[in-house]
Amino acid sequence: MNSKSRDRRGFLKRSAALAGLAVGAFPFADAQTPQGDTPETRPPRDLSYGERSRFESSVRTVTLGGPRDVIPGLPPGETGQRLTPLQDSTGIITPASLHFMTARGSRLPDIDPREHRLMIHGMVDRPLVFTMEELKRLPSVSRIHFIECAGNSGVSHYKAMVKALELANSPALTKSTVVIQQVHGRVSTSEWTGVLLSTLLKEVGVQKNASWLVAEGADANRHAKSIPLEKGLDDVIVAYSQNGEAVRPEQGYPLRLVVPGWEGVSNVKYLRSIKVTDQPYYLKVETANYTNLTPDGKASWYEFQVGPKSLITYPSDAHQLPGPGLYEISGLAWSGRGAISRVEVSTNGGRTWKDARLQQPVFRKAFTRFRLPWNWDGEETLIQSRCTNEYGDIQPTRKELAKLWGDERQPPVPRSDVENFWESAPIYEFFSNPIQPWRVTRDGSVHDALYKA
Amino acid sequence: MRFIKPSLLVPLMALVIPGAALAQSPTYKVGRPPTEAELHAWDNVVGREGKELPPGSGTAKEGAKVFAGKCSYCHGATAIEGPAPRLVGGVDSLSTKSPKLTLGSFWPYATTVWDYINRSMPQDNEGSLNPDQVYAVTAFLLFKNGIIKEADVLDAKSLLKVQMPNRDGFFPAKPEATAKNGNWKPNWNQAKQASR
Repeated sequence: MNSKSRDRRGFLKRSAALAGLAVGAFPFADAQTPQGDTPETRPPRDLSYGERSRFESSVRTVTLGGPRDVIPGLPPGETGQRLTPLQDSTGIITPASLHFMTARGSRLPDIDPREHRLMIHGMVDRPLVFTMEELKRLPSVSRIHFIECAGNSGVSHYKAMVKALELANSPALTKSTVVIQQVHGRVSTSEWTGVLLSTLLKEVGVQKNASWLVAEGADANRHAKSIPLEKGLDDVIVAYSQNGEAVRPEQGYPLRLVVPGWEGVSNVKYLRSIKVTDQPYYLKVETANYTNLTPDGKASWYEFQVGPKSLITYPSDAHQLPGPGLYEISGLAWSGRGAISRVEVSTNGGRTWKDARLQQPVFRKAFTRFRLPWNWDGEETLIQSRCTNEYGDIQPTRKELAKLWGDERQPPVPRSDVENFWESAPIYEFFSNPIQPWRVTRDGSVHDALYKA
Repeated sequence: MRFIKPSLLVPLMALVIPGAALAQSPTYKVGRPPTEAELHAWDNVVGREGKELPPGSGTAKEGAKVFAGKCSYCHGATAIEGPAPRLVGGVDSLSTKSPKLTLGSFWPYATTVWDYINRSMPQDNEGSLNPDQVYAVTAFLLFKNGIIKEADVLDAKSLLKVQMPNRDGFFPAKPEATAKNGNWKPNWNQAKQASR
């Protein structure tokens, strides 16, 4: 599947993305004459920490329209958002180097693990401070989980992208910007290794009336988040490793929370403090945002769990089909609640659906790769996937999701208002998991049909 | 409820564990108690009850000066212009077609304003304001939003008495409920009904 996605146009798109976004030094820089070097003439590689082939060019991109785009004079940051190129993904693991990231402030923390401490305090019998070395002495687990930004796939990201492209007025940037990455690229899956938070909470002795945790990081803005204690006692990992090596700096080195299946903002990076409390702390990221405003002016808050979600990654709007014939449709499905049990694919605009084959084993709260052979007849069509988790929760269409939001209003809003609200509200919407249709046109190009109908 | 689904048992079982943990002594005996200095430095995320608020005070007048020097570059002279998110106005706009979500119209607690300014602002120099300055900027922004008077002094006590306009604008009314009943998921059962 990967060879299919490495078509010439995709290659050009990605190269243009690098040029247009000026992301700085990248390992492909010397590749103008890839045929020029022979094994005999090029200098030997340093293989002590390996690199990918210089012919590979898949990269993270930045969110367009972020704060550093709109506030003049801020120095270039290494923070903001970097988005995973899902269009190039294979299997279920995201390389750590391509895992999406969100970071605030201007610079990522540069933490010496010998100096780093985790303090657990508040409503506990024995407040404790742990060194990294002590944490690594404790019983550990390795689990495969996705992390997804709560705002991923939201229409606000689509609108910001369109607006930023208009402002930039750069055909190269427009051509290299793809919905599958810019709108959906805030989700990735890794194998995370660390100590279960429940193990640490047992060490400190949680007091009887405790019900919440407030986790805080050591990053510039000291990101903090309230998390129900029950979740902390269930499957939360205090992680120091990602895909078999130390967690990367942009992922919270040397220590981060992994809160399986929950909105990304809960996965506090550079973790240094966990306070056990009897109430949430009503922090900015759980009141001012990461809340969903509904049409009646009331907002839902303290929602946590990612709904069932799937996406065809090949073919998607980053790809160009060379002509009619057999293709393997491939994509990713995930759910914050349990395991994916079924993925159906439609290649005729939703009239009929076929079960896709799921890559085994299927992990709970992790990417599940699905695949289905498809014989394209060369005519224009819509392709899309929808998933179901083991509890029977089904991924909704965009219209169904809009209706769901409208249902929160008493009395019920007329359908037309809901649709209009969805289109026009200048808000951030969270937990957006609509079915993503791709339009395959007769020239083999593929286009977003979710937001650009 | 007709029957208890197996899926509900896991959170119910989890509820039992805090009590069990209380009765047990530590298993691995790693880690050490924090020092006073560590507690002082790291126990200052401020919640709704304001227990972590430090001494200090400020007024809108003092805050106006701090805001002009430290905040207006991104937020604009009157905290409306931007380009960073507007901080003033928008009350009564939330149910309209173009809601304006500002700290005045949307944020439910004044402690959130204080905590965010204290730990996360100003961008690129986070945590650089002293407590008096944080109280003062908070007072300035609340005054500009018509929530307090210009002469009101904000401190660890008066901050907790501030009634934000959108205090009751969120549901469920008590998020504590999500911790007590184990309901971690959004209303995906409704999504299911909507889609079938």
